[in-house]
Amino acid sequence: MSSLLAIDFLLIAACLWLAVGLWGLAAPRNTRFIAKGLFPLGALIGLGVGVTALDFLGQSAETAILVIGLPTLPFHLRLDNLTAVFALLLGFASVGISIYAAGYFRKGEGAAPGLMCLQYHAFLTSMLMVLLADDAYAFMVAWEVMALSSFFLVTTDHRHEAIRSAGYLYLLIAHVGAIAILLAFGVMTSGSGDYTFAGMRAQELPPFWASAAFLLALVGFGAKAGLVPVHVWLPEAHPAAPSPVSAMMSGVMLKTAIYGLLRVSFDLVGTPLWWWGVVAMAVGLVTALFGVLYATVQSDMKRLLAYSSIENIGLLAVGIGLALIFHSFGMETLAALAMTAVLYHCLAHAGFKSLLFLCTGSVLHATRERSLGKLGGLIHRMPWVAWLALVGIIAGAGLPPLSGFVSEWLLLQAFLFSPGLPHSWLNMVVPVAAAVIALVAALAGFAMVKFYGIIFLGQMREPALKDAHDAGPWERGGLSWLTLLTLLLGVMPSTVIGLLDAATRQLLGTGLAARVRESGWWMLAPISEDRASYQPLIFLVTIVASVLLGRWLVRRLYHGRIRRSRAWDCGFFFEGPRAQDTAEGFSQPIRRIFEPVFRMARHFPTARDDQPYYSVKVEDHFWHWLYLPVARLAERISGLIVRVQGGRIAVYLMYSFLTLIVLLLVARP
Amino acid sequence: MSVGGFLGQLFAIALALVLAPLLTGWVNQCRAWLQNRSAPPLLQPYYMLHKLFRKDVVLARNASPLFRFAPFAVFGCMLLACAIIPSLSTDLPLAPAADTLALVGVFGLARIFISLAAMDVGTAFGSLGGRREMLVGFLAEPALLMVIFTLALISQSTSVATIVETLAHREIVIYPSLAFAGIAFTFVSLAENARVPVDNPATHLELTMIHEAMILEYSGRHLALIEWAASLKLYAYSCLGLALFFPWGIAERDNFLAMIAAAPLLLIKLGIGGCLLAAIETVNAKMRIFRAPEFLGTAFLLAVLGLLVRLLLEVRA
Repeated sequence: MSSLLAIDFLLIAACLWLAVGLWGLAAPRNTRFIAKGLFPLGALIGLGVGVTALDFLGQSAETAILVIGLPTLPFHLRLDNLTAVFALLLGFASVGISIYAAGYFRKGEGAAPGLMCLQYHAFLTSMLMVLLADDAYAFMVAWEVMALSSFFLVTTDHRHEAIRSAGYLYLLIAHVGAIAILLAFGVMTSGSGDYTFAGMRAQELPPFWASAAFLLALVGFGAKAGLVPVHVWLPEAHPAAPSPVSAMMSGVMLKTAIYGLLRVSFDLVGTPLWWWGVVAMAVGLVTALFGVLYATVQSDMKRLLAYSSIENIGLLAVGIGLALIFHSFGMETLAALAMTAVLYHCLAHAGFKSLLFLCTGSVLHATRERSLGKLGGLIHRMPWVAWLALVGIIAGAGLPPLSGFVSEWLLLQAFLFSPGLPHSWLNMVVPVAAAVIALVAALAGFAMVKFYGIIFLGQMREPALKDAHDAGPWERGGLSWLTLLTLLLGVMPSTVIGLLDAATRQLLGTGLAARVRESGWWMLAPISEDRASYQPLIFLVTIVASVLLGRWLVRRLYHGRIRRSRAWDCGFFFEGPRAQDTAEGFSQPIRRIFEPVFRMARHFPTARDDQPYYSVKVEDHFWHWLYLPVARLAERISGLIVRVQGGRIAVYLMYSFLTLIVLLLVARP
Repeated sequence: MSVGGFLGQLFAIALALVLAPLLTGWVNQCRAWLQNRSAPPLLQPYYMLHKLFRKDVVLARNASPLFRFAPFAVFGCMLLACAIIPSLSTDLPLAPAADTLALVGVFGLARIFISLAAMDVGTAFGSLGGRREMLVGFLAEPALLMVIFTLALISQSTSVATIVETLAHREIVIYPSLAFAGIAFTFVSLAENARVPVDNPATHLELTMIHEAMILEYSGRHLALIEWAASLKLYAYSCLGLALFFPWGIAERDNFLAMIAAAPLLLIKLGIGGCLLAAIETVNAKMRIFRAPEFLGTAFLLAVLGLLVRLLLEVRA
């Protein structure tokens, strides 16, 4: 066994996932076997992937060649530390999601379970292969399989028109992105015909072509990740997909795009130029602000989370941009700080966003309702889901002592060094960009409070919610696993940074681990203890201790009596559930303050209305500014082409004849 | 961690617990004097706390466990903040637990808990208060962070202790950036502590209330804890402001005696600060809720100006 390398284990895991998927096809209607047998098996394999990657971190790269594909172009595979970090993410996140899925899929929902099982595991396999690919050909094949399998998963419930069109939009943008990625790879080979990544690394591209490759990669991977303006598929596809699939797409698949961007810009394309970082940062800032503002005004819980994913992708792009800027000026330690923030945020986001998407799945199953306006008070009926979701939203709001805060803290620390940039205006503009990050973080808190408060707290907005039931044991297991990851990522930042160090060291030649290790595992001090430090464990311990101690002391010194009564509400007599804020009401301050950002159609009631009503519809500006004009243009062009295409065979024969004559005239010897 | 440090930390926490209601009482008293009313006793907040702790808790029927858990969590967050902020000494065991950025996080965590608790019972006022609190939060946080950035640029650190030590040892020159940051910090503290002109701590039953709207459903020991936490927050912000902008007199060792020597100066500084707060609250009127973005936007702008002044004039010169 000792002769087997880590990469072999990962390949075996990929094959096993595929085998599990195919096994599902053998008994496509046996929901019980597939849910309780195959999905847990998939989770076990995911655990194997995670542990293998964890064990591998810090070692030197391993390569393999798979003799499949074209005769002269086999699949080159490579496992290095960057791959290992993302494989770790894929493995551990898929454990929770697969366990949850075992309890989630039921009879009679959407496609046959066997087919879903195949698509789901093919999706997992392809993501692992994307990470392992070491030539453009293998990468694109895996990338396309990933896009297609996730397309089929999104359109599981294909009987609904809305879901079909969401899937179509997703497929369309995924392919626009794929073309850009393909072109980027093409540019990076610079005509040598060597499509392996090793060949690309060896090329010295002139600045113009290097920039072209970077920008193409930014567009291509941005389309998959959801950067503005190619984000529109995300809020459509995520609500359409079943919740475990949304969790997988948002938590893991978006990160493969981040992986691709890191791979191209730090590994393949050579020395970056500083303005690439500025472009990435500007796009990231716009994306983050746009995503979080739209998240706060959504009324559909999964759309809210989808927009929040856009926000997080924006933050990641900002981090990548900052790392690129530092890297291009040769400030490697600071680049490592920003890079660590990016990698950390990838892990953190995979944990808490998958958790929250799965929570919406449980709510959806219990209530058959996705609209926030018809939920409420579920903490009484679904305590498990509610308390675990609380962990998710605190992490999602970027607050201590959980995972989201660590990465934001690291990112802000990196921003604090930007005044030292040796550039005439960057050193002044970049620190102010940190203010946008602060605004985004605070608005994320608003969105998360809205999400949690309206779903789980307050009075039930519909009578039917009284029959809601809590998640089953499998679902609880999956949720608890992701909660545990979120907690660990929050409380043990130094240990995690020690693991990430191998990847930053590979990309930038330096890491933070040495300094972080000096100060002990409970303390995070990436530069020095005088400069900045953070001890999340103390936070957790102090807060938990003061809750317990405070409770005990108050009971001991005074009493613990409680009387139940009507709500006081300043003596107002109207206390039905309709007195509470609706989802729209809660976000009214945002719509008012940031009015120009939204495209709103509102109807206000007036005193003369017989049947007064209020309605508000918020739409995306980009849809009207960018997508509809492009669609109209495409239609107009096809309208012109239709004229040529008469539909009569005689006309077509005449075209061929004319073409032949023209060719004969042109190609006359 | 030395025994002296441990004792010093306990002393700082105990002092915060004791002084916080006193500070609230002092501000109320100053305000009453300035407004030509007869003042309540200085110790009124203690009587209130004692009374509330003794009373039964009357809980709304559909209040969830989160509602009962939140006051303790908020209290814990505020206590942690008070323990971290160097009120008496910069060299305490808990000081490296959080830098200024993490402190903003602690306040944010407390805000999330109290907003969620406000939404829990499901009354009109509760969700209104929760929404407004989050509104003030997302407006104030960027401004506060820019203030912190300015200070961090001056002292090359975000750790509160290092900032205080650096600023206390500089030669006495006026940094224009510090002046901008100081004004912005004052604006932010007013908003964060639910003070006039953003909110009015003395109001009930007003459609404009924020903090009071959130805690309407609380009673008994829960209300006591929330009130105590609110005064701890005021104390924490006052100490943070004093430490950042008037750092002189704070001990730099974990020596117990040095800390006790620093205490009278802290009392004097807090006393003057309380008077100023009462004066601000007397000469200003509460503004409409949708003027708050302008108020906090001004704070943000001032903080960014401070940052730019620092970068343009002070670093280059």
